[in-house]
Amino acid sequence: MTKRAGLLDWLDRRTGIRGLLSEALDEPIPGGARLAYVFGSGLLFLFLSQVITGVFLALYYVPSADHAHTTVAYIVKEVSSGSFLRSLHSYGSSAMIVVLLLHIGQTILYGSYKGTRELLWLAGVVLFGLTLGMSFTGYLLPWDQKAYFATAVGTNILAEVPIVGDWLRQLVRGGTDMGTMTLSRFFVAHVFLLPAAIFAFVAIHVWLFRKAGAAGPPSPRVPATVGSFYPGQVLMDVGFALLIVVALGALALAVPVELGPEADSADARFLPRPEWYYVPVFQWLKYWEGSLAVVGIVVIPAVLACLFAGLPFLDRRAERRPWKRPFTVGTFVVIMLGLVSLGMLSRAADRADPGVVELLNAQRDAARAYMEAPFEPDESSASLGAANAVLADPIGARGRAVYEEQSCDICHGSDGLGVPGVPTLVDLTTKYPGGALAGILREPTPQMVDGGMTPLEVPDADLLALLTYVNSLR
Amino acid sequence: MEGRRSFLGALLALGTSSVGLLLSIPLGRFALHPLWHTTTEVLWSNVGAAGEFATITAPVKALITVDQRDGWRKVLSTKPVYVVRGDDGRPRVLSSVCPHLGCTIIWSERQGQFLSPCHAGVFSADGTLVSGPPPRGMDELESIVEDGVLKVRYQYFRQLVPTKEVIA
Repeated sequence: MTKRAGLLDWLDRRTGIRGLLSEALDEPIPGGARLAYVFGSGLLFLFLSQVITGVFLALYYVPSADHAHTTVAYIVKEVSSGSFLRSLHSYGSSAMIVVLLLHIGQTILYGSYKGTRELLWLAGVVLFGLTLGMSFTGYLLPWDQKAYFATAVGTNILAEVPIVGDWLRQLVRGGTDMGTMTLSRFFVAHVFLLPAAIFAFVAIHVWLFRKAGAAGPPSPRVPATVGSFYPGQVLMDVGFALLIVVALGALALAVPVELGPEADSADARFLPRPEWYYVPVFQWLKYWEGSLAVVGIVVIPAVLACLFAGLPFLDRRAERRPWKRPFTVGTFVVIMLGLVSLGMLSRAADRADPGVVELLNAQRDAARAYMEAPFEPDESSASLGAANAVLADPIGARGRAVYEEQSCDICHGSDGLGVPGVPTLVDLTTKYPGGALAGILREPTPQMVDGGMTPLEVPDADLLALLTYVNSLR
Repeated sequence: MEGRRSFLGALLALGTSSVGLLLSIPLGRFALHPLWHTTTEVLWSNVGAAGEFATITAPVKALITVDQRDGWRKVLSTKPVYVVRGDDGRPRVLSSVCPHLGCTIIWSERQGQFLSPCHAGVFSADGTLVSGPPPRGMDELESIVEDGVLKVRYQYFRQLVPTKEVIA
């Protein structure tokens, strides 16, 4: 017996790994392995790659409107391989959309949703929606100009929903306007809720797939040969994963994803353009105005989504050959071509308007200039909030001088904020109204003396100046 | 057949390990970045013009602005230090953090001594320990005079030990 077999036996007695492996790897594939079947596992691989790169990006990212942009700039400009990993994550989301469309196309072309696969298909439809949700929520996180304004438009669409529209938009944004609450919500959706749902639905999707069995080629005859998942299909799947990594890696190295200047909500001129896969939708929305808007923005997409989700219920014939199912395959092709045309129309419309061209070019140049500028760390405001206004007043300034001369700052901090164990001096007037403060400064309570407070021995004028200064602290 | 299967198995191993390797190199570099690059760094802070301290007879308290890089942020904090005149006439800069338990030391004009108010530590005007629980005298900070400006590098030192040890 070889050493490896010995180790496997040892493991198997404790875990039942042989049974698990053969369950996973000996899955029968009617007609044998095919390149057409690689997209499902390609998606799983891409999702895991997104999870891994995403977790690493979270090492440096901070989801707050104050810091999000700086931390992404830090990742891109300072951290080793930071720009590469962020590009991999960003291009990875585009790759997921591409492979997802290929997966759906293959399923529709092969009619592999037929038979007892309605729930398998529905789980896939949910995964499609969750993936679109991931790209929508992830797009905002860098908090640069295009992320901010594209998401502002995207969330505005929600307001078109009848009756609950305004309420829905406010819920998603965490307020009436876009702000740090929006960022928190999108972050939570992007890293907790949606990934958890994706994991769950991937499990359901794979389970239902194994339960129904691989559909095999779209032929009315039962295939003469039956292959197994291992090794042929596994090899093709790994080859496809390798191709994805190499392609995304090359793209990330050659064309790193840009980070634009920080979001400025006051910039009324910024012209947002969504990520390429949302451009067709963006163009579609242009055609619906006024009272008809609800039809184009809500009714038609909802009907299409229902038809898409209901496909295995509507198309119940056993026939799977694509040329015998011209309506289903034709509709899919027409919708795909329609989306491509909408995308091209959008580009053409942008190019035809010199004002738009100029603005988009200016925005692109601003993003490039920002990328070339060295990283600027955020300045922590922790110690800069002193009462500067009071220092303009001679009595206040004298008070500040007394504060330093008497070493009050040593324990209470240079801005009176206090430190652990030492009380803050901010808002003391509410605690000690009138002359009470002067009294305890001259004669501290025993409790204060225990804490290290010493009696103040200064002329009355200096004491008054000090009170003026301390009472101005906010 | 067996030969083909093991060849495919080897190909598979090669494929998976290449995918793993391609991803793990940038991931490793990314996560280990703080090992090779300083992400927390204390910069030199200005105390004041060196001439101002040339003729002092008693310790002078100075507030310095400590400029520290902490990853993606720059922390500006104000710290009190004491400038005393060394035996050679050069200014020395002392930390106001008590080496006992970290309370802030104050200069008592009346007593002509440094006092740590928490546990009654007493230091002489040049920072040496006089009495009380502190295990050593006041800590001197690294300082230089550059272009007529006294500069100091603010650091913290381990408390409760008789020797001065820098802590990050």
